[in-house]
Amino acid sequence: MKYGVDEHGYYGDFGGAYIPEMLYPNVEALRKQYLQVLEDNDFKAEFDQLLKDYVGRPSPLYHAKRYSEKYGANIFFKREDLNHTGSHKINNAIGQILLAERLGKKRIIAETGAGQHGVATATVCALKGLECVVYMGEIDMARQAPNVSRMKMLGARVVPATSGSKTLKDATNEALRDWIGNPEDTHYIIGSVVGPYPYPEMVARFQSIISYETKKQLLEQTGRELPEYVLACVGGGSNAIGMFYHFLDDEEVKLIAVEAAGQGINSGHSAATTALGKDGVLHGMRTILMQTEDGQVIEPYSISAGLDYPGIGPQHAHLFKADRAQYVSATDEEALQAGLLCCQLEGIIPAIESSHALAQLEKMQFKNDDNIVICISGRGDKDLDTYIKHFGY
Amino acid sequence: MNRLQNLFANKNDNLLSIYFTAGYPELNATVDIAEALEKAGVDFLEVGFPYSDPVADGPTIQQSSEKALENGMTVNVLFEQLKDLRKRVSIPILLMGYINPMVQYGVERFCKKAAEVGVDGLIIPDLPMYEYEKLYSGCFTENNLSNIFLVTPNTSEERIRKIDDLSTGFIYLLSSSSITGSNLQVSVPIEDYYKRIKAMELKNPTIIGFGISNSSTFNKACQYANGAIVGSAFVKLLATDNYLPLIPDFIKNIKPDLSSRG
Ligand SMILES: Cc1ncc(COP(=O)(O)O)c(C=O)c1O
Repeated sequence: MKYGVDEHGYYGDFGGAYIPEMLYPNVEALRKQYLQVLEDNDFKAEFDQLLKDYVGRPSPLYHAKRYSEKYGANIFFKREDLNHTGSHKINNAIGQILLAERLGKKRIIAETGAGQHGVATATVCALKGLECVVYMGEIDMARQAPNVSRMKMLGARVVPATSGSKTLKDATNEALRDWIGNPEDTHYIIGSVVGPYPYPEMVARFQSIISYETKKQLLEQTGRELPEYVLACVGGGSNAIGMFYHFLDDEEVKLIAVEAAGQGINSGHSAATTALGKDGVLHGMRTILMQTEDGQVIEPYSISAGLDYPGIGPQHAHLFKADRAQYVSATDEEALQAGLLCCQLEGIIPAIESSHALAQLEKMQFKNDDNIVICISGRGDKDLDTYIKHFGY
Repeated sequence: MNRLQNLFANKNDNLLSIYFTAGYPELNATVDIAEALEKAGVDFLEVGFPYSDPVADGPTIQQSSEKALENGMTVNVLFEQLKDLRKRVSIPILLMGYINPMVQYGVERFCKKAAEVGVDGLIIPDLPMYEYEKLYSGCFTENNLSNIFLVTPNTSEERIRKIDDLSTGFIYLLSSSSITGSNLQVSVPIEDYYKRIKAMELKNPTIIGFGISNSSTFNKACQYANGAIVGSAFVKLLATDNYLPLIPDFIKNIKPDLSSRG
């Protein structure tokens, strides 16, 4: 694949494995084994079966008629919101739990921001009867209290990350520290296409099911496998990579990634990484990173906890630099309005993360026969409070 | 030869190194602390430059880094302070920190500046061998800086050999796979690990770090390696009021047989 990873874990200038020696044996063992496990027939069979019977895949590709009318093109929603646990995060969690099981790991750790990945991880740990510890920033635990309870109900221990800015990036640091101290029995399920190689690649493969299904569904529904545009929101970038994956080499397909601009790119309260970031290293990867001139990581801001991350996955950094995908952003306000529009035109309450992708439609010009696919990465149940507060329902 | 290589050429046992975070507990404490440590008889120093996301560090060093950043410590400020430091301190100095602030400063520029102000080497836990060799080893050697690699009980023999080949100062042995500030474990498998390393007859000296906090852990470490590094335990001392006069006794507690320098 032209935009794929090289043998050292790099996508162009980005990626690699910037990890302390303490993590080297774990990461190296993963690197050596993950492809072998993923290509094993027994693994494939169980992965496919769980995605079908447990997650509810394939997720529908829904032709959104009223959206299509409004924007004057054929608009399709890839319905990851209909997955078990309510988002695309479960695709990766299922893949990694099956991998962990085959590597003989007994204990699972994860980081979470909004709680969606934490819930997905707690879910698959319950499914497999494995111990589960989820690190979550102290501030996020307060902001996303219902998801904390959900994880606990599912049997996970939720540990507050009290260091640094007490949000997602610090939860990730805590998970990495836990892994350093527990190198033998523990597998770390990272929740996005971030972290040291092979994580970005492995998570991308698990999420690539999204575009794999989309191609088939488009062919069935429209007679054409390739759409004109594919859109997705980007936090770390896992739903976007999953949505782009099987279109990357079809250069005529325009890929659009939507970041969270928060209160505006230049407001000082933003998470628009490609607009504001520079080359840097965080969480074991070289990527584009929001940081001060002195190289200290800046705490991002977005109304959506799932997009509130100061970096992006290294493959995104490469797609951005190589101009293969276009990186744009939507503000809190634009996303909230787009979310409400989706409720009222299609009867679907999207996650605020996904609403960022929807917001981009307002800024585009289409031809009548353009086919456009948008990833609805999750459902908005978790965000009801935020929507309700904003609109005063 | 840099000062570090010089030190090892003249002395190869019971070496004591102290780590502290620059800019902690006060922004301008760096030079005073370094001078007090030299006077107390410490053999070489590791000066931490703070990073917002120190994954290899436990709570003590995390908090010292946070405080240092709050105090206004930056790479620029540190280099300014070090210019003065070399007027007062002559023992070898290593900078220890994470790669991102170096990338922002420019790794080449960082190495050049470090050498200029009298730094002898760098310890960058999140700069792995592959990236070091491919991207940066030139900057280190041109500036006569030793790059210090870490080895853990889980590092393979093949990898240790490779690290030994690339090293030009010493090899930093971790007593266990852990973040900074955990306790030194001298259980049977750990002794086996130290013995295994010793039997490899590496070209470079070895120094044991992480979890060394007093004379018994120090002495134990020195049975297997050329010396040891105290970090978190010293950073904790810096949290007490009026810590400077306490430094000689702290060092004496670790190395009772030491006569202080002037
Ligand atoms: C519904 C939803 N969409 C998107 C994201 C952002 O993550 P990623 O960019 O990895 O898809 C999250 C993260 O929590 C999420 O919950």
